[in-house]
Formats: sequence, C-alpha cells, structure tokens
Amino acid sequence: MSYRLDYLDQLESEAIHILREVAGQFERPALLFSGGKDSITLVHLALKAFRPGKFPFPLVHVDTGHNFPEALEFRDKLVEQLGEKLIVRNVEDTMRKRHLAEPKGKFASRNSLQTYTLLDVIEEFQFDACIGGGRRDEEKARAKERIFSVRDEFGQWNPKLQRPELWTIYNGRIDKGENVRAFPISNWTELDIWNYIRREKIDLPSIYFAHEREVLEHEGQLVATSRFIQLDPSDKVSVKRVRYRTVGDMTCTAAVESSATGIDAIINEITATKTSERGETRIDDRVSEAAMEDRKKNGYF
Amino acid sequence: MDLLRFITAGSVDDGKSTLIGRLLYDSKNIMIDQLEAIGRQSKNREDGEIDLALLTDGLRAEREQGITIDVAYKYFSTPKRKFIIADAPGHIQYTRNMVTGASNSDLVIILVDARHGVVEQTRRHSIIASLLNIPHVVVAINKMDLVGYSRNVYNDIVIDYAEVAKTLGLSDVTYIPISALNGANIVDRSEELSWYDGGSLLEILENVEVQNSVNLTDARFYVQYVIRPQVEELHDYRGYAGKILSGTYRKGDKITVLPSGLESTIASIEIAGKEVEEAFAQQSIILHLKDDIDISRGDLIALSGSQPQVEQDLEALLCWMGNKPLVIGNRYLLQIHSRLVKAVVKDIDYRLDVNTLQKEPSPTMIGLNDIVKISLKTASPVPFDSYNKLRTTGGAILIDETSNVTVGACMIQ
Ligand SMILES: Nc1nc2c(ncn2[C@@H]2O[C@H](COP(=O)(O)OP(=O)(O)O)[C@@H](O)[C@H]2O)c(=O)[nH]1
Repeated sequence: MSYRLDYLDQLESEAIHILREVAGQFERPALLFSGGKDSITLVHLALKAFRPGKFPFPLVHVDTGHNFPEALEFRDKLVEQLGEKLIVRNVEDTMRKRHLAEPKGKFASRNSLQTYTLLDVIEEFQFDACIGGGRRDEEKARAKERIFSVRDEFGQWNPKLQRPELWTIYNGRIDKGENVRAFPISNWTELDIWNYIRREKIDLPSIYFAHEREVLEHEGQLVATSRFIQLDPSDKVSVKRVRYRTVGDMTCTAAVESSATGIDAIINEITATKTSERGETRIDDRVSEAAMEDRKKNGYF
Repeated sequence: MDLLRFITAGSVDDGKSTLIGRLLYDSKNIMIDQLEAIGRQSKNREDGEIDLALLTDGLRAEREQGITIDVAYKYFSTPKRKFIIADAPGHIQYTRNMVTGASNSDLVIILVDARHGVVEQTRRHSIIASLLNIPHVVVAINKMDLVGYSRNVYNDIVIDYAEVAKTLGLSDVTYIPISALNGANIVDRSEELSWYDGGSLLEILENVEVQNSVNLTDARFYVQYVIRPQVEELHDYRGYAGKILSGTYRKGDKITVLPSGLESTIASIEIAGKEVEEAFAQQSIILHLKDDIDISRGDLIALSGSQPQVEQDLEALLCWMGNKPLVIGNRYLLQIHSRLVKAVVKDIDYRLDVNTLQKEPSPTMIGLNDIVKISLKTASPVPFDSYNKLRTTGGAILIDETSNVTVGACMIQ
C-alpha cells in the first residue's frame, strides 16, 4: 500500500477538515452558496465531510436578482437532490426595506449591495460562521486572509488585526455579534478546482460550457446582453460561442470566447490561457487596484 | 503530482518578493492582467522595469509603505508539484508572522544577500526554522550579480552558514547561489554560475523528498465531530469524524481513547462514503468502533500500542504573539487541534534570545515576539507528543480568554 496522497487528495482532506472544524466549533453556521463552481465544489466536499449525516448548516443564497437563470435552475435542482435546506434572500427586498438606491450606469451592478443582504441574513438567523468559496489565488487581498477570518459586528475585515493561524489549528472563538468567515478551499487554485471537478465528475451549470450567446463587446470583454444592461446605439452586439469561467451577476461577469464543450477542453484552455480568472471575467475588479480589499473591509464575502 | 509547502525568509531588501515574483513568472504562473496591474504600479519607477516584487505585496498599506506586513500565500505549479508559498516578512517585529508561516512549511528558503553574508537576521530566521522543526532548509545566496558571480564570496558564506547549521543541529541544508533579479539559477541554471554544480532552485524545490516528514508509525487522530444521522434506517450509526494526523489505522486495530483511557477495536473506516481496510496520515476519515463508549470532540484516538503522553503539567517553548504582555498566573485557553482546555501559566523559565540562542533566566516582562520556555497547568489532561517527535500533536495555541485572540504558539517539550 502506498501512503502517499496526491495533491488533490491533500486539498480535499484539508477542506473536509476545515468544514468539520466549522461544524465542531460553531452553533449556527451557514454555507454561502452562489451557484458558481467554487460553491458547488464546497457542497461536494460537505457531502464527503458529513454524509450519511445531514449538513450541520443550511445553504444560503444572496440573490441579487441579476443571476443567470441557468445558475438558479441548477441551484434548485441541486438542493432538491441533496435534500438540504436552502435559504434565499433577495437584494431587491433589502433595497426596498432599506431604501437603497439602485446602482446606475451601463453595467449597474448590485454586487456591493449584496453586503447589506448578507449582513441582514446573518442577523436574522444569528449565524456565527459563514462558509465561503473564496480562494487565495483569486486576488491579492485574499492571498493574506486567514482560513478562519473574524468579522466584526459590521461584517468588516481588518487585515491588520488578523489572528495568527498556526499548524492546522483554527481558533473560531468570537464575541457575540461577531462572526467568522471560513474558507475551506483557500489553498486551491482555479486549475485545482477544474481538475477536481473533472476527477469527481461534479455537475455544473451549463453556462460553464461553450454555448451561443448574444454578447456585447466592452473594452475587450464580452458581456451577455440582458434586461439588466443598457445598450447604447454604438454598442457592437453579436452572437458568439462563449463560456463562463466564473458565475456571478449578469452585469459584472464577462464571458470568454470558447469552443470548449467538455471539461477536458476547458482545462486545456485554462492551462494555455494567459489571463487570470478575475482579470478576464470580473468587471468590478478593474475599478481600482484595491477594489477587493475595500469591499472585504466592508463586509463582502 | 504532490504538494510542497514552503516559506521564504530574509531581511528586508534581501530580495524575497523579487524571488517569489521570479519563481511565478519564470514558471509561467503569472497572468497577463496581473502583469499589467503591476506594470501600472511600477510606472513611477525610474528604470521603467516591471517590479516583480509587487506581485506579492498585497495590501494597500503595504503598497504605500513599500513593506510586507503579513503572511501572504502564493501558489504555483509545475508538472511535478503544486507549491504553496508562505511569504513572511523579515522585520524584527514580525517574528510571529514567520512562526505562523513556518508552522505549516516543509521547507524554508533562507535568503542571504551575497554582499552582506550571514547577518543577525539570518541567524534569527534559522533559529526559528529549527524551533519550528522545518524539515528542509535551502540557503539561497542572492544578488550574486552584485558580487560578480564570485565563487569565493559564495564559498565563504557557505562556510559561515555551516557553523550556524551545526549549532542549531539543522540536518538537511542545501546551498544555492542565485540572482533573483536576473533570474539566474531560479528556474534554469545560469551560465554565470556554471561553477555551481547543483540544480536550479526550482529543481531543488521539485525534488526534495516531502514524504519523509510524514510520520507513519505513531497513530494519532483527534475527533472533530461525531456523525449521528437522525433517521430510522441509520439508527445505530455513530461515526467519529476527523483527520489522521500521523500513523495508520486498520480495521480490527485495538485503540485507546485519550484522555479517558477507554479501549475498543476499529469496526470500520470510511472515506467519503466508501469503506476502506486501512487509512493513513493526512486523510480525513470516519472511524467506527466496536463498542459504544463515550467519545466526543476533542478526544484523541490512538492505537493502543503507541500512545501519546497525557498530562496536566506541560512544558513548552512559547512564541508570544499578543500585544499585551504575558503574565505569570494568567489563565488562557490551550487549543490542540479540536481539544480546548483552560490553562494557567505557572512559570517562565527563561527567554530565548533568537539572535544568539542565549537563555535569559527568569525574565520579567514578556512581550510580542518573545520566545520563552514556560510551564503550564491545564484544567484537564491533554494528550500530546513532544514537538520534536511529532509536529502535528506537539503544536498548540494559546488563546486570550477575554479577547479570543490567538496570543501564543506552543511547541510542547
Ligand atoms: N542586483 C540585484 N538586485 C536584487 C536582486 N534581488 C532583488 N534585488 C533588488 O533588491 C531590492 C529589494 O528587493 P525585494 O524583493 O523588494 O526585497 P524584500 O524586501 O526581501 O521583499 C529591490 O530593489 C530589488 O530589485 C538580485 O538578485 N540582484
């Protein structure tokens, strides 16, 4: 018998360990489910961590109202298969209740408003830990975040007051009002996720695979046309074969041209590609160099 | 493909960030948009070169001050291995960050500026590496371009460092001359350094044996969570979920639960829903026992033939990470994996000077970044191994009960 673990097995085992630490240390955890490949992978890991038992947490989806219909359909199907509890809270409701202004502009994104809904749902259910699919390779600010990341009552992250995290010992002790964001797949890269999805034969929403879609070209990025985006007469709209590398809002997620209809082809494209996942597909990160850091400090995932 | 976690250590300006940037860049793990972003930030530089160091300087405060203030994790892979780099800063006040990054690392790269040779910080980083028991040390002598790629300069530094390694008992040390800025000996071997007959830094990283730091003889498993499905058909199901820290477990093995001392036999082992005959270190599993005994989170299940120590009085080397001073008689929480117990610091034996290894007996004020030898008394018995024998069950953290902050890293003796 070989006592060596492949790198994917090591990453998997680490993630399961973290999920079980959350279950063991917190009274009311939740798993933030966005419908994207990272949170789908989290769900798969949770199955490995807790079956034949039930998940010791509900799935929570903060719905901006700007989601891809394919992602929502997939979410509902998955939850039904799992037989686990799903809590959906809508950004639109928060906007109404709190009299928040609808963001303006061509790609008016409700991304920053998600934070309000998230903090409200945390308050509503008194969640003390939220499991998220953040990865450290996504962005420079994330690269420094702990696996157990303490947020204050306002959901804020303070990069200078992070707890040292030693060995594989996770300190989840918090005061009332505070909560912890836990990131089981911190150490995975985009390619690790895809390789794992291939190995485990995990189902994904169809938009991850090449399909025909009407898109508009904007500063070198392809954005799907939808009722959430204002078209100008000068916009170049065309039908292209595209797929998505990340699945966020229709307003702030760009597609990439691709003919990859299967997972092997996707992995080949990603291995060959020269643009990082966020740079290629996130419109909101370009705004400022410190965009992610600012949003995290304000309670973003 | 396997996995290597390593940490880079060096004084400010030794070229740590440049080295990491270079490793990522030359192994083609940097993407165009990331390069564009650092290109925009490098614009203010006079020479117009892209500053690879910006790749790892993540937070805005750091960008403004031009220093690294925390541990950042970076990832790259080659067809042979996936690498996780902990980038820890080198300033004197940040011992705690290096200890943090070192705690998970299988290898440390200690950077030495060829012009300055072995300096106080080199000694300090090496001492921390030895305290944390990092299995492999690579001494990278950087900025060789600034000393004309001189073989003599390199040799003198190797001789100096060998002294340090000897004092500390570092057993696995590899030396390599590099120029991070020019990429010499980083991914490819370099012409200027043709007198050096070892492999490039990346070759060293790809080939160092990681498996031999995994202990497969002393079976240790801390219970994280008890799985009890509340359904009719699985009425009798009771699974102990956790990760094997070291050793192997086989169906039919006799086990002892600690600290209670209760004994049983392994009825079955599950990994992700499948039953297996045997499981080993680093795997997350579910254990089932033949007897229905009282076990909960924080208990350690060991094989009956090789048990850890179980004590209430512990001696530990402690790296203090709190902003408030450590006070004799104060109560803290000691967390060792899933076990959390109250603990009192009974005594502070000595403070270790991390530059000289001198022991200062009975120090009075213990502050941030001090390393001290302490005696602890815990409220209930703790199963552990000495850190030098087993890193996984010899490391523990101290938590301030009032602020919940992690204030210390304990290497139990
Ligand atoms: N000439 C030369 N300069 C280097 C080399 N490596 C780094 N530097 C320079 O040394 C300075 C400090 O490097 P940096 O990577 O920021 O150091 P850090 O503080 O250790 O992260 C920068 O100006 C680098 O360009 C090298 O191999 N040769």
